[in-house]
Amino acid sequence: MLSELRTMWEVLKHTFTGADTVQYPEEMPYLAPRYRGRIVLTRDPDGEERCVACNLCAAVCPVDCIALQKDTREDGTWYPEFFRINFSRCIMCGMCEEACPTYAIQLTPDFEMCEYDRQNMVYEKEHLLINGVGKYPDYNFYRVSGMQTATKDKGEARNEARPIDTKSLLP
Amino acid sequence: MPTIFIDGQELQVKDGENVLEACLNAGLDLPYFCWHPAMGSIGSCRQCALVQYQNEDDSRGRIIMGCMTPVTEGARFSLQGDKAKEFREAVVESLMLNHPHDCPVCAEGGECHLQDMTVMVGHSQRRYTGQKNTYRNQYLGPLIHHEMNRCITCYRCERYYKDYAGGKDLGAQASHDHLYFGRHEEGVLESEFSGNLVEVCPTGVFTDKPFLKQYSRKWDLQSAPSICTGCAVGCNIAPGERYGKLKRVHNRYNHEVNGYFLCDRGRFGSGYVNSDARLDYAGIKKPDDSFMAVHQQQALETAAGWIKGKKVAAIGSPRASLEANYLLREMVGAKNFAAGFSDTEAPLMSAVALILKTTKAQIPSIKKIEAADAILVLGEDVTNTAPRVALALRQSVRNKSFELAAQMGLPQWQDAAVRNLAQDQRSPMIIVSAMDTKLDDVASECISLAPDQIADLTVAIVAALANQASGNNEQANQIAQILQSAKNPLIVTGSSMLNLGIIDGAVAIAEALCTDDTSAMLSVCVPESNSIGAALLRSGSDDAIGLTLSDLVNNAPDVLLVMENDLERRLSPDEMHKLMGKGTKVISMDMLENPTLGASDMVLPAASYAESQGSLVNMEGRAQRYFPVFEPTAERLPSWQWLLKLGAITGHKALSKLNHFDEVVAACANSQAEFTDLARAAPDNSFRDRGLKIPRQTHRYSGRTAMNAGVSVHEPQQPHDTESPLAYSMEGLNRDQPSSLTPFVWSPGWNSNQALQKFQAEVDGPLKGGTAGQHLVVSSTMGYTAISSLSKGASQQVKSTAVKMQPHQWQLVPVHRVHGSDELSVNTDEIAELAGCAFVALGAVVAEKLAVTDGDGVVLGCGDTQLSLEVKVLRRVAKNCVGYSAGYKETLALQPATLVTLTKDAKWQRREPQLIASDRTIPDPIILDPNIAKGGSAHV
Repeated sequence: MLSELRTMWEVLKHTFTGADTVQYPEEMPYLAPRYRGRIVLTRDPDGEERCVACNLCAAVCPVDCIALQKDTREDGTWYPEFFRINFSRCIMCGMCEEACPTYAIQLTPDFEMCEYDRQNMVYEKEHLLINGVGKYPDYNFYRVSGMQTATKDKGEARNEARPIDTKSLLP
Repeated sequence: MPTIFIDGQELQVKDGENVLEACLNAGLDLPYFCWHPAMGSIGSCRQCALVQYQNEDDSRGRIIMGCMTPVTEGARFSLQGDKAKEFREAVVESLMLNHPHDCPVCAEGGECHLQDMTVMVGHSQRRYTGQKNTYRNQYLGPLIHHEMNRCITCYRCERYYKDYAGGKDLGAQASHDHLYFGRHEEGVLESEFSGNLVEVCPTGVFTDKPFLKQYSRKWDLQSAPSICTGCAVGCNIAPGERYGKLKRVHNRYNHEVNGYFLCDRGRFGSGYVNSDARLDYAGIKKPDDSFMAVHQQQALETAAGWIKGKKVAAIGSPRASLEANYLLREMVGAKNFAAGFSDTEAPLMSAVALILKTTKAQIPSIKKIEAADAILVLGEDVTNTAPRVALALRQSVRNKSFELAAQMGLPQWQDAAVRNLAQDQRSPMIIVSAMDTKLDDVASECISLAPDQIADLTVAIVAALANQASGNNEQANQIAQILQSAKNPLIVTGSSMLNLGIIDGAVAIAEALCTDDTSAMLSVCVPESNSIGAALLRSGSDDAIGLTLSDLVNNAPDVLLVMENDLERRLSPDEMHKLMGKGTKVISMDMLENPTLGASDMVLPAASYAESQGSLVNMEGRAQRYFPVFEPTAERLPSWQWLLKLGAITGHKALSKLNHFDEVVAACANSQAEFTDLARAAPDNSFRDRGLKIPRQTHRYSGRTAMNAGVSVHEPQQPHDTESPLAYSMEGLNRDQPSSLTPFVWSPGWNSNQALQKFQAEVDGPLKGGTAGQHLVVSSTMGYTAISSLSKGASQQVKSTAVKMQPHQWQLVPVHRVHGSDELSVNTDEIAELAGCAFVALGAVVAEKLAVTDGDGVVLGCGDTQLSLEVKVLRRVAKNCVGYSAGYKETLALQPATLVTLTKDAKWQRREPQLIASDRTIPDPIILDPNIAKGGSAHV
């Protein structure tokens, strides 16, 4: 008996509290700058795609909504031939961003992706790729990696010594 | 069995093994790099460190290397102790000092032994801030990609390539931390087994170049247990698929067949599966000789209409599965069925089938070949016809060194010590062949004889073995003596010379060596993946021998069914024209466009080995099952399904009762005594492990909800496999099933192929799930009666022409090439590049006489035909013999033992020398004027 009255009291008390719900979309809620929403693919400071198609994002994705295929550019660098995210499956967990070794994938605070046709929730690379570096202005994977590219010889990456002359007897 | 203690745990271990092996056998995770079960220990990487204690009271202990320490009774070790753990972590840290930041763009990533070991030892923070060493890469050919920066100097590549596979052009260079593994200069790796570097290298120095072009991570590949169709050895492979494309082929361990290694034809020769020349739809020929694409049903109905009430004959194929061949034979009846061998090949294959069924000699598995201590190779260039056997022969000549090591009390796994001890001493291997073979470098004696003379030599050897030698053939006496003094003599021969005399002679020698207590081994190489299966089918039917191709040519049926067989390779152009002529309706099924399909009235698209299932009988009579890796696309169907559908629509009595693959297997097994055990080659469709089928996909398989989303966001159901015990799914366990169902190897913490040791019952032993495959043919050991002794016609004919040879005539001898001679693999771009063009092989004397050198051209005259071919000069060639590239399109018309004339081709233009890497890595310059060719005849 007492418990029931108490319950009713608790419920009725809420008649006088303010509503948490906002009148979206007329009224926009506050979103932190690091809010996890729609994913973008960024470019490195030189304007090239950062994604090297390593497949780590796809592997870590708990709903398996990322699919891509690696290809090689003429200069020897890797890039995704296609990169597809099925946002109708995406749960915005941000694990792909965490796994990305090149800072290519970054989550933006945009979550407004409603569509009448579910097919439109499938984003290809051209929909994902932005013309910018996102949160990491300086990073370029190929300046760190030991791989030779058309613009970077062996030994020219960060912290690399000149290529070894195997015919030399010097220490 | 000694007892050792590891961290206080008592372990019963095998006598003579090392501590690393003991740990792995006990299921303990001890990191290692340089040790390999097939190559033993050299202790170069310092990774498998443990602490050994003098006795129970010793608390300090000392660091030892597990792979270099033999187990001794009562020895005490610590694997988990701080000192050992710290040491192992420090070793990885030092290996990582110069390791580049490459993992995201490294083809080894995700199946990298270095990654696994780094995680295993717990090294996670980089402390070294200095500069990393870098190296220039080399161009190593179209198959292997080189990225030297990633090297951890474990020496595995050099030890595999030079010591194990006998390669000469890859080795360690420079010293201290400048160590470099590569060739003396850039160029194509010469070994036929170079592909194994990909699996042997614990990191990403050597990676699979064709795979790199269409790369997917290991966890994303859908794999199935499969069998290589490159030759008759029947190596077990694990092909991987993604997005409907066959991406790569990896080795699948089979203790008795291929072990850890494949040849390059097997590893890289499957690119044809993705070829644009694959047939997608059935087609019916229109009057203008073009094909009209039709639906499956329409094609089947049309075919049924053609077949009804007509005289139908069929040609099977030695490269199609046993089940498909069986169904084809059932469909038309054994009287109207030809197994698909050429007329020269058919008697040889019957003989080989008979040998397997009756010989007194032992037909060895490859594992047993490695145990031979005296080898006689007769007429076969094994490296090019059955490559994996040649790799085994290279190991068997080492038995001498193991014998010496045993005398010194050295264990076999002490690799460097054993090799040092033996130096150049090897078990005897005598090679009798018409020309150079790739095994000459490890042979104790090479004898160059024309094929017929080889057959004569075998007769002399048999006589010498029976002590009937009159002493006139010193060579034969010597060989007989060597073979007689061996414990496990092995005779290797094959059908590549298309000479029955050699095969008969080889059997006679092997059987003469069999005494009451010893049994000689006899290995007969045959050309195609199911040659033995087709030969058994042919000879096993009640109607004796079935048809030959010439029977069909001379007596054309109304309707001819051709299954997976390019008849251009078996018939002369005239015969081909006659067989495919207007009177006969020809229905062909095959995968790739070929002249037979072009000449047919109806073509049906067949699935490749990667999209279908079936059994192949290898050269030792072992039936092995391959399973589909992915579903056939478009309207392709496996041949056996085409035949079942055709049987159903025509209302065929036997065929219309069969619906499933297992029923076909059962019917096939019942049809012939030899096939009784066929169903035991692999579990049937009803097999379940804990209620589930075996998954083809790894548990990390990614992108399931996005792969097809580009087409439709509505995810399709996973395809159901109603025919095999495997599922197109990641659900289920890949752990305790029979080995014939192991699609890939993975174990927690072991992402690389080194996870294999978790699947082996013991280190280097058979798999936990038993050895895959089933011996179909068990010899009656009655002794083989040569077919040629019944009908001497063929071989005598050759001899009589040999007598008539003119001074400017030479006898043709087929020369097989691992890349180029095989029908299917050469449709892979990389293999075609290595195969080069057709050639004539000359001895130095003949070349000098004709004034030609390597790369020049000669005109080969053979009757009316004149062929202009490139010259290859060989080191040794039998007198009066010239070789021709067998299986190459340009030389298909040539027949062995025919007499030819040779003249220098004055108009011949030499091919451009092969491009080297510096030309390849720099993109072609952009040429503005299209009229200016880029230079070199290849570009014109």
